[in-house]
Amino acid sequence: MSTIAASSPAWRDPAWSGRVFWFGAALVLIVPALIATEFKPWTLFGADNLKATRNFLADFLPPKIEGEFMLMVMRETWRTVAIATAGITLALVIAVPLTLLATSALSVSALTGRMNALPFVFRQAIRGTLIVLRSIPELVWALVFVRVVGLGPTAGVLAIALTYGGMLGKVYAEILESEETHVTNSLLRSGAGRLQAFLYGLLPQSAAELTSYTVYRWECAIRSSAVLGFVGAGGLGQQMDASMKMFNGSEVCTMLIVFVLLVWLADQASAWLRRALG
Amino acid sequence: MAADRKLVPIPAANETYRAPPRLFDARCKACWFVAGLVVLTIASFWSLELQWARFFSADSMRRMGKFFGELMSPTANGEFLWRLTIASLETLAMSALGTLLAAIGGLALALPASRTHAEDPARWRGVTRLVLNALRSIPELVWAALLLISAGLGPFAGTLALAVHTTGVLGRLFAEAIENAPQGPAFALRTQGVPAGRVFLYATLVQVLPQLLSYTLYRWENNIRAAAVLGVVGAGGLGQMLAFHMGLFQMSETSSILIAMILLVAVVDIVSYLSRRILSR
Repeated sequence: MSTIAASSPAWRDPAWSGRVFWFGAALVLIVPALIATEFKPWTLFGADNLKATRNFLADFLPPKIEGEFMLMVMRETWRTVAIATAGITLALVIAVPLTLLATSALSVSALTGRMNALPFVFRQAIRGTLIVLRSIPELVWALVFVRVVGLGPTAGVLAIALTYGGMLGKVYAEILESEETHVTNSLLRSGAGRLQAFLYGLLPQSAAELTSYTVYRWECAIRSSAVLGFVGAGGLGQQMDASMKMFNGSEVCTMLIVFVLLVWLADQASAWLRRALG
Repeated sequence: MAADRKLVPIPAANETYRAPPRLFDARCKACWFVAGLVVLTIASFWSLELQWARFFSADSMRRMGKFFGELMSPTANGEFLWRLTIASLETLAMSALGTLLAAIGGLALALPASRTHAEDPARWRGVTRLVLNALRSIPELVWAALLLISAGLGPFAGTLALAVHTTGVLGRLFAEAIENAPQGPAFALRTQGVPAGRVFLYATLVQVLPQLLSYTLYRWENNIRAAAVLGVVGAGGLGQMLAFHMGLFQMSETSSILIAMILLVAVVDIVSYLSRRILSR
């Protein structure tokens, strides 16, 4: 005991070898990543790029606020919101029936122990469909639909409808299954239909949570509908893409400001609504 | 005890009659909410001149059928699959490097954006938070389109775009983590006269590091998904290949790329799900 107390503290860092190892491992991982992403920061400061950047940025100020252009920006902003809203509405049309079909809380055979094999497989298949719909990014759907229906908001609405249909359906089913099943089971046991059991048992319990998730997703859809414009699906993004391709800095600046304001407003509206829902 | 009980008013045998509230009145928030929602939805559909007739026309159905039919035959050409693997790795590298840069940038901005103790003047807090919010509210794809001008086509622009957007997200999360860290150890060091930098390194950082790491990993997961599609504006990775081959109507290649994308996202989802389960056990 006394020898330990008397000896001076170790001067060598006890964690030294671990640190060296992790530093080496990080280097081994980062160097290939730097090569793969062609990470050459000095290209940013090459004469040509620097000139293009400087011209583009110099054009940013002042932002263009001429009457006709502002009207166009306002129209496109509304279209961005409208694409998101219409997309979410169609997503609900997809999600609600699929959720009802996929929810195991509404299974009659599960009341007496395990669910029967056929309904189980059916419910899992629906759930699989929802996951597949969700896992394809909306941008890819938009690319596909732009090919089929041409440039314009239709492609954006369809893309949002499919991706968000999958997302909403999956999360709705999860919310419904996490609820207390007592009321629903009692209703089903006393002979209520599945829809009745849902409307009088499950829905009143989870309505606030379902609505609040939907509002949150609507906010996300506004952001993504602006992005979808970059592949030609209408709205603010499409105009922004056009102005960027013409290196028109002042127009891009105005649209960026409007876009940030739009996102902020949607964020505030969604936060307020969700607070009001409690 | 008995005296107390006398004070409690005895409830009436029958409940006092009260008329149910009117279904629609000016204070019914839910009614206004639903009315607003209905108006918004109708206005959206009405103003968008959606081409349903065109979408559901026989011609468009045939084209769609043909399109999806062609998508069903992915190419498995060895040389193409090799390029696809390279592009997938490029996507992964973009997301990893972008997230790493964002973690560094986010921490650098989170320091001025956080008020660590009550006497901290935190002069730059408002300005830095404004910057972080601006970085955060512009999506990766828009950043990529903007950065193409200064960084040129290719994965470098995509990496920077991910880094810039994620810096905004992580900076805010980091600042909040730093502000919410327990004050005790930092206070003890400060009263000993230790300078602010060391107080951060030896008291605050040590406490919040696990949280910062978990935020970073979570954003990395998101960024892999984002990096897969970021390329459609020309910023490298799988997305750029997709936009290229789809533009040339090479459907079997497009199909393989889509499968690779979905697989990448699915693998990320599964790994994240499993690791969460293992870590939370």
